[in-house]
Parts: sequence; C-alpha cells; structure tokens
Amino acid sequence: MHPVTWALLSPFVGVTLLFVIPQSRVDWVRRISAIFAFIPFVIALYLISHYDRTIAGYQWVHKIPWISSLGVSYQVGVDGISVVLLLLHSICGLAGVLISYRITERVKEYYIFYLMLIGGVTGVFVSLDLFFFYMFYEMAVIPMFPLIGIWGSGEKYYATMKLTLYLTAGAVLALVGLMMVYMISGIWTFDLIFLERYLAQNPIPGHIQIFLFPFLLIGFGVIAPMWPFHSWSPIGHASAPAAVSMLHAGVLMKLGSYAILRVAFQILPQGAYTWMPWVAVLCTMNILYGGFVAMAQKDIKYTIGYSSSSHMGYVLLGLACLNPVALNGAVFLMFAHGIMTALAFASVGHIYDQTHTRITSDWGGLSKRIPFIATMFVLAALASSGLPGFGNFVGELLIFFGSWDVYRWPALAAIFGIITTAFYMLRAVRTGFFGPLNPKWEHLEDANTLFEKAPYLLLVGALVAVGCWPRLLTEIVSVSTGNILSHLSPLKTLAGL
Amino acid sequence: MVEHQEIARAAAAHTVAPAGWLAWTILFLPLAAFLAITFLTRKSKLLSTSLAIGSMAIGLAATGTLLLHLLRAGEHAAYQYTVNWITLPGLAVEFGLLINPLSVLMSLVVTGVGLMIFLYSIGYMADDAAYSRYFAYLSLFAFSMLGIVLANNFVTLFMSWELVGASSYLLIGFWYDKPAAADAGKKAFLVNRIADFGFLAGILMLWSIAGNQLDPKTLNLIELEQRMPGLIAQWGVNLFSPLSIAALLIFCGAVGKSAQFPLHVWLPDAMQGPTPVSALMHAATMVAAGVYMICRVFFLFGEVPGALEIIAVIGGFTSIFAASMALVENDIKRILAYSTLSQLGTMVMALGLGGYTAGMYHLSTHAFFKALLFLGAGCVIHAMHSNNIWHMGGLKKAMPVTTALFFIGSLALAGIWPLSGFWSKDEILALAFGKCKILWTVGTVTAGMTAYYMGRVLCVVFLGEQRDHHAHPHEVPPVMYMPLIVLAIFSVVGGFIGIPSLLHHAKGVHVEFNKLVALISSAAAAGGLLLAFKVYGKQPQEDPFAVRFKGLTRLLTSKYYIDDIYGWLNTNIQQRTALVSAWVERNVIMSFLVNGTAKITGLSGSLLTKFQTGKVQAYALSLVAGIGILIYVGWRCIP
Amino acid sequence: MISLTHLLALSGILFVIGLIGTITRRNIIMILLSLEIILNGVNIAFVAFSYALGNLTGQIIVFFVMIVAAVEVTVGLAIAVVLVQQMGQTNADELKLLKW
Repeated sequence: MHPVTWALLSPFVGVTLLFVIPQSRVDWVRRISAIFAFIPFVIALYLISHYDRTIAGYQWVHKIPWISSLGVSYQVGVDGISVVLLLLHSICGLAGVLISYRITERVKEYYIFYLMLIGGVTGVFVSLDLFFFYMFYEMAVIPMFPLIGIWGSGEKYYATMKLTLYLTAGAVLALVGLMMVYMISGIWTFDLIFLERYLAQNPIPGHIQIFLFPFLLIGFGVIAPMWPFHSWSPIGHASAPAAVSMLHAGVLMKLGSYAILRVAFQILPQGAYTWMPWVAVLCTMNILYGGFVAMAQKDIKYTIGYSSSSHMGYVLLGLACLNPVALNGAVFLMFAHGIMTALAFASVGHIYDQTHTRITSDWGGLSKRIPFIATMFVLAALASSGLPGFGNFVGELLIFFGSWDVYRWPALAAIFGIITTAFYMLRAVRTGFFGPLNPKWEHLEDANTLFEKAPYLLLVGALVAVGCWPRLLTEIVSVSTGNILSHLSPLKTLAGL
Repeated sequence: MVEHQEIARAAAAHTVAPAGWLAWTILFLPLAAFLAITFLTRKSKLLSTSLAIGSMAIGLAATGTLLLHLLRAGEHAAYQYTVNWITLPGLAVEFGLLINPLSVLMSLVVTGVGLMIFLYSIGYMADDAAYSRYFAYLSLFAFSMLGIVLANNFVTLFMSWELVGASSYLLIGFWYDKPAAADAGKKAFLVNRIADFGFLAGILMLWSIAGNQLDPKTLNLIELEQRMPGLIAQWGVNLFSPLSIAALLIFCGAVGKSAQFPLHVWLPDAMQGPTPVSALMHAATMVAAGVYMICRVFFLFGEVPGALEIIAVIGGFTSIFAASMALVENDIKRILAYSTLSQLGTMVMALGLGGYTAGMYHLSTHAFFKALLFLGAGCVIHAMHSNNIWHMGGLKKAMPVTTALFFIGSLALAGIWPLSGFWSKDEILALAFGKCKILWTVGTVTAGMTAYYMGRVLCVVFLGEQRDHHAHPHEVPPVMYMPLIVLAIFSVVGGFIGIPSLLHHAKGVHVEFNKLVALISSAAAAGGLLLAFKVYGKQPQEDPFAVRFKGLTRLLTSKYYIDDIYGWLNTNIQQRTALVSAWVERNVIMSFLVNGTAKITGLSGSLLTKFQTGKVQAYALSLVAGIGILIYVGWRCIP
Repeated sequence: MISLTHLLALSGILFVIGLIGTITRRNIIMILLSLEIILNGVNIAFVAFSYALGNLTGQIIVFFVMIVAAVEVTVGLAIAVVLVQQMGQTNADELKLLKW
C-alpha cells in the first residue's frame, strides 16, 4: 500500500476517465471530477492522522528506479511540512471542484485541465526526487494557461501569457541551479533523501553555495511571490475563474516557499545563511508595498491578489528567520492563508457570476440579499486581518515571535501590516456588503442548498479548527522543521550568528 | 508575596481541579451559547434568549462561587488553569486562566452588569428582525470580554482583546444597512487595530527581554511578575529603558480600547449601535478593558515611574478634554459617550498616579451607574424615537420610574454624597491631591463639568414641559426597568460593599479618606449641578450656552477638529501613499520592468528575423563563412 | 607519378567548384548539380586516402555517399518538378517562402 502514490495518481486517473466520457454527459464529468478530487482529501486526512510524530523525516516513502544511469527515480513520500500542505491542497482542490459546478462552458475540458493542475501540485508536494519535483513543478504551471485563457475574465489573454511565461522563466532559473547542484555534488543523483544525507556529511563548498543559492531563491521566489517578482500574481488571480484563483492563490503560491524550504535550505544551508537576511528586506517590501497597493485597488479580486502577495511576505519573513518558531509560523500561515484566500475567492466568484462586476462599490449592501455568501466573505476578511480563532492569527503570531529578536524592523513592518490588511478588507466589506442594498441586485441568488454551502463550510471549518487548536498542525510541522534546522544549526556557530 | 501564592497548574483541561471547571465554565459558556444560537436556534427567539441569558446567569453564579472561595482562601490567593496551546522550541504559548481577586471582581462586573443588559435587551430588541443574531453577537462579546478578564498570559489576553474588537465591530455595525452604523463599526475596529499595533509590539518586547540563560522567555503574567525585580536590576527603569518602552507600548493598547486621547475618536461614533450594546461595551466592559489590563499588568507599570507620568497626563487630559465636548452635545447617547471618555480618563489618571485600587474601584462603580444611565437613555429613546435632547422634555410625567432611575445614575456620576460615584471619585482626587496638584485641579474641574452636563441632561430631558407634541412617551415595560432597578441599587450602595478591600493586598498607592478633598469636590459637583439648573431650569427651547458662546460651541461641536485632522491624514497621507504605490506598481514594475523585458525580447526577435531571408543560397554562404571562420580560428589558435 | 597530394588537390578543386556553384547559381537544378560535384570531390578524397593508407573503409564509405547522393538527387529533382508545376520557375532567389 502506497497511499502517497494513490493520492498522486488519483487526479490523473480522473483525467484519463474524463477523456473517454462523452462531452455531453456533463453530470458524469462533474461527478467523476468530484470523486477523484475527494480521494486525495481522504488520503491526506489519513496521512495527517497517522503521521508518526516521534520520527523526523519522510514517511510512506515509495521508490521505483527509473533511469538509474542518470540517478533518476520515482520517489514520493511526505514529511511533516508536506503532509500539512498536501492537506491544504486537497481541501482547496476539492472545494474548487465543487465550486466549479457552476461552470457551463466546455465542462469536460475544464475539468481535465483542473485535475491536471491538482495532480501537478500534488506531485510537487510529495516528490522526493529532484527530477520529478521539477517536472511536476512545470506541470502545475502549464494547465493554468488554458484555464485562465479560456475560462477567465477581464484581461485574460495578457494575464495568462504573463503568468505562464513568468513562472516558466523562474522555473528555468531554478532548473539551472538544480542542474548545477546535480553536477557539483558529484554523486550524480536526483534522489533528494540521499542527497540530503550525503550533503550533510560532505557539504558543497561555502562559496559555491553562496553562488548557487540565488538561482534557487529567485527561481522559486518568483512563484512565492517575492517582491519585485510578484506582478504576475494579482492579475493572474483577477483574471482566473473562481476555482482556479482558489488553487492559484491558495496553493500554487505556496509552492515557491515550499521549494525554498525543501530544496534550497536543505542542499545549500550556507547559502541560506548568507542570503536570507536580504529576503527579510525584500519581504518587508512585500508586506508594506503589497498592502498599500491593495488599498488603492477598486476591483476586489485585485485587492485580494495584492493582499496575498503582502501575506506571502509574512511567510518569507518566517523563512528568513531560520528559527523554529518563525519557520513553524511560516508553514502554518501557508496553510491558513491558503484556506482563507480560497474562501475569499470562492465567495467573490459566486457574486461575480451573477453581477458580472468585481468593483465593490458597484455591489453595495449585499448582506441583505445573500447573507450566507456575505458571512463567508466577512469571515475571510476578518481571518485575513488576523483575527484570533482563525489560523492566520496563529501563523502571523508565530512569525512575529520568531522574527522579533532576529529582524526587528521587518517584524515591526509585519505587525504594521495587520493594520493595512484590516483597512482594505474592512473597506471592501463596508462598500460591498454593508449599507443599503443596491436595487440592481435584488434578484441575486444565495448559496441555498447544503451542497452549494458544503465547500464554504469545509474551508471555514478547517480554518477555525487550526486557529482554535493549533497543535493539530504545529506538532506535526515542528518535527520536520526541527529536522531542517538541525542541518542548518551547525553553521550557526560557524558563521558566528 | 510570591510564596503565599497557591498556584494550581494542570497540564491539560481534563485534569484540572474541580474549581477549574468553574473558571472554564465562566469563559466558555457564552461561546457555547453563541455557537448554539448561530447553528441551531436561530429561528426561535425564546431558545436563543434563554441560551444567552442562561450562560450569563450561570457565569455570574460561578463567579460568585469563586469569590466566596477566594474570600475563604485569603486575599493572596491566585489560581491558574492552563492548557498548552502551542509548544515549540523557544516558545511555549498557553491558553490559560488566572483567578485572583482582581479578575474575580472584574468578572463579577462583566457578568453582573452583562446579565442586566441581556435582560433589558429582551424588551429593547423585541421587535427587531435579527433578534437571535443580536443575542449571538452579545454572547460572543461576553466570551471575548471574559477572556480578557481571566487571561493568565499575554497571548490569551491579546486574542481576547482582538475578539472584543471584532465583536464590537459586529455589534456597533449591527444595523449594517445603515451607512452610519456600518462606518462606525469599521472605525472602531480600525482605531483599535492601530492601538493594537503598539500593544503587540509591547508584548513582544517584554517577552523578548524577559528571558535569560536560566529561564526561558515567558508570557505568563505571574511568572513575569516574579521576574520583575531581576528585570529591573538588569534594564533599569528610566524612561528609555526597554521596560519603560514596553510599558508605554502596552499602554497603547489601552489607549485604543479605553478610548484615550488621541485614539478616542471611535467611541462617540460607536453610539450608532443598539443602546444596550452601548451600555454593555461603552460603559461597563469593553472600554474598561484597557483600564483593567493596566491593572492586570500593574507589576510592570508600577515599576516604571517615567512611563506612569506620561500615562497620568494622558488620562488627565482626556478627562477634561472629553468633558468639555459633552457640554454642548445634543445627542443623549453621545453625551454619555463623552462622559464615559472623561471618566475613563480619570481612571487612567488614577493608575498613572499609582492608584491601582482607586482606578479599579472607580471602574466598578462607573460600570454600574454608567450602564444604568445608558439603559435609561435607551428607555427614553425607545419612548421618543429620537436621540436629540431638544426634542424631549417633561418626561418625568410620562416615565416616572425611568426618571427616578436616571436621576440616581446622574447623581452618582456627578459624585454626590453618599452615592457610589462620590466614594470612588474621591479616592482618585485624594490620591491626586497628595501627588500632583495640577492633576488634582484638572480632576476637580472635570467633576464640576460632569455635574454640569448631567444637570443639563436632567433639566432638558426630564423636567419642564414636553417640547415635541407629536411624540407620545410612555413608561417602558417591566422587563426593561427591572434590570435598571438592580443597577440603581448598586449605584447607590456601591461605595459601601467593600470593593477596595478585595484589592487591598495589591501593589500601588493607598490613600485615606481626605475631608478637605471631599469637601472641595462635593462643592464642585454641587456647583455644577446648580449652575445647570439655573441655566436650563427655565425651559429654554434652544441651548442658551450655544447662543451665548458661539465660537466656543463651534469648536466643541466640531470635536476640536480632530476627526477632520484624521480624515485629512487619511486622504492625504495614507490614501496618497496607496495611490503612489499603485502608480509605481502599474508604471514602474508592470510597464517598465516586466512589460519592458517582454518588449526587449520581442524587439530582439524582430531584429534577428531579418537574417532569415528565406534564400537557401544565403544560408549556404553563411554556413561556409562560419566554417571558414572556425577553420581560421582553429588554425591560428591551436598550436 | 600521381601522388596523394595531387589527388587531394583535385578533390579540393572539385569541392571549391561545387561550393561556388552552389552559392552563386540561381537555377535550382544547377545547385543540385553543384552539390553532386561537392560530393564527388569528397569521394575522391576518400578514395585517395584509402589507396594511400591501404585501408578499404574509405572506399566503402564512398558507396554510402553515392547512395545518399542518388537519393538526394531524386528528392531534389522531385522538388524541382513540383516547383515548376506550382510556381512556374526554378530561380532560387525567388523561392523565399521559408522564412519567419
């Protein structure tokens, strides 16, 4: 039994089945997609509940040699970080499939691409072989191109070109770095577990690490998105259909931070020590600049988009601190922010489908007419501004605690960021949902059935559960972050930090 | 003192001592009520009401039991009940409660006054369509507030603090389709957020300096208290030591919640919420949270004299500043709001002078009589359907019970002997008299102004003849005035039930009753009342004060232009920064850097296509030329 | 006596003639003929080396080259025929559809 492999295969099996189902059987297309998005969710729940917290390292590892002469093998498995992100991904993916029931145009093709996207992202989170890691990383980017280009709205052609090219450029930069690591390590293997173990004993020389680290940092940082490489993301969010925005902002953006954590930190610890203080500076720009740009937006999807780039600054700050508290906070915030953004985009999508405008001042007083969706958006807004009880608060708090002694000014900027977030989120709530109802929207439909409400309730439930009882995640995450930091800590004394 | 403390610690909730259940019950029953109302009983008014009120009543009973226990155990008793919330290397965060006389006193105030207000709301909100939602929010608010009261560490405190902010956002904006209410809720939340920036930074700073090689860093209030002597020895207590700065940053939080100058602007606007909400949050609980928090962390504040002086000055200034705006206000709820600001300023001033007991004492009595006044104002608004005092008049005939109760509350607020306000205010003034004559003068003048504006309300609203003859005022139903009677009883006897003795062991300065101070303040109060009766007793149709002092009135009614200054800052600094950032984003990052890169790529492509002529012989020629160059280079360079 | 040098010189001269013809002639059939001359120049070099070194491998390769040349001419002439049919001419300068 290899549950991780099953979780990875499930969406691809779904894609294969969808190919043979006739275009006209829309109901079967939807049902099959939901089933094959549901399977990874169940597996992720199983994995997270059966994860052995006493053992650091990868569990449920499944390895099949592939091209042994090049050292490429199919190898999957999860540790405490990836199991949490896998859960996030499966929740967002399932919710996204359910939200997409509203799509009526080219349903079959839509779900084929959507399931491919889900499969690609899953692959990044579970791959323990750099070759497959990179392959899935690209595979996660490519389906975005048709998904935004065909089913998107607004400036969708520009957005999808920009997004795909930008992310591919970043990926290529990272590929250059990975290939150099492959050559320089001198053991000709892509096997991440073996590479980690080998490099812990025989590290790459310091000056080479310092040279190589920016390739991986910027390459993966593009998708993180690190300032100033963020500009693909808000427009991508804004143009994508709701369910794609959910996966895009909820999960895809976490790939960058995850890859930095998984690959760059473990292989190039010395490089991390040298370069991460610069990341602390850049992420301050993320937080403040992203927050202020979000404030100036009128289109709610742009607001959420810039807010995402601002909040990913917190995650990068957590990574930059290189201490357990902040690192756990970063992983926690990745999870919480993913769920919260998915919730926000889902509710905005529901409204946009009916009003065909995303300018909040054109809405006005929607709470009166669609109380359920409005409540969901208000919850997402409050969660985003760091209200206790939601996971975002815990993540941000841990990052504040972790960064306070390391980077005082970025930490202060991050705390200031909670004011700006509250400012634009509550303003959006005020103009869009409160006040008198705009008479144009008197015939809006709320999410009426339990089936329509289910994805929202799933997201809110996850967000509140980890916010109220953070040990659900921290106990799993901290084992693995501790493991990563233990590779780094011998350097701490070396570098005199 | 430390060794007297009995600290009951438990690793997890299910192993706490029986008394622990009481504490957890007080905190979590309102939350349970909130969840139950939201998910189950939304449709049934009766069930929702009973859940909310039941949770408060049980909370009050549990608090009472704890109080009896503490009285038996002696005044140094302190119990902690904790659950590990997050445990990481380098940071252990607990979710925990601390039961000591201070928290039990505050919890009594919150559950007691809260229960009365919940009961009153049955009548006040009877016809509202969103009745159940109202009680759900109230329960959520009660949960958050009790979290502040009972928290044993800074994280639990801060979490509850934020939740109070959020539930006040929901309650102030309860009638969210009214633009003014929605704006007021947003304003309250944002102003509090600005203050919380300082609060959180202060918490982090204190946490960061509290650890050393031997003890890990801690957020626990009791452990911090035990470490204070060491910290003082290490960092010193002058104004620029980290301890003072941390104290001032933590005080920032109180400035927001307790609406001190310069973050007072949200409170008057917050009167857009339903009146019982104003009574609960803006009289008894939420705004008192800041003062309470200073008391809770007094082990820090009491040791940093420089910071305390700043706190005292801010408090004193707020008290007289707010009282002056109350003089000309015409909205009955806003008058009470300014009066709350002023009284909170007095409490903060007391704390700044080191008067821990005096501050808490005034907080408790103020909770009773200010809740009484707000609820009384609610009765009046309920009867008149207007907030403007100049539409009212002569209500004593139609509403005798309300009138009597409102008089009791006003006199208590004005500090007339022997009502509760007299005793608590006098303790503060006596303290100021001994410590700082300027602040004492400010306090006494404020007392006179308080008596004056309350006298103005009494004259205009209740005495004389009815001004608006279209209105048909009537006495409110018993469910609304019965809670007021209970509050009135406490407003009368609050000075005699021994609140200060509960806190006697605490740090801070203690003062004896000072006859001279009492005489002077009573004279000020009586003078203020008499002046008000003289000016407003003759049934004027418009405000004689406003007619007489036009310029001053304009300054006061425009709230010293502070809202306008903030509005200017908002549009000119903050919004402009946002627009500039957006411009940079659009024109520098997007157009120049990103699209510029794309354009350069496209341009170089279109240049290079020129070499692609399509003529096969041109290709062959370049092939030959290339080979020729390679051969030449190889011939010259390879020896 | 004909030495290796003479044969290589002949090979080089044929190669250059073919090259110049390939580059300068306009008619596509003449270009094909020039290509044949290039190949034959190369073939002579192969045979010459084979003879000089006493190794038959060079001669074997010549057969391969001749086969390739035959195939190439077949395809090339087929293209030329189609060109005449479709475009009515065989001038290489006019055939520049194969660009961007």
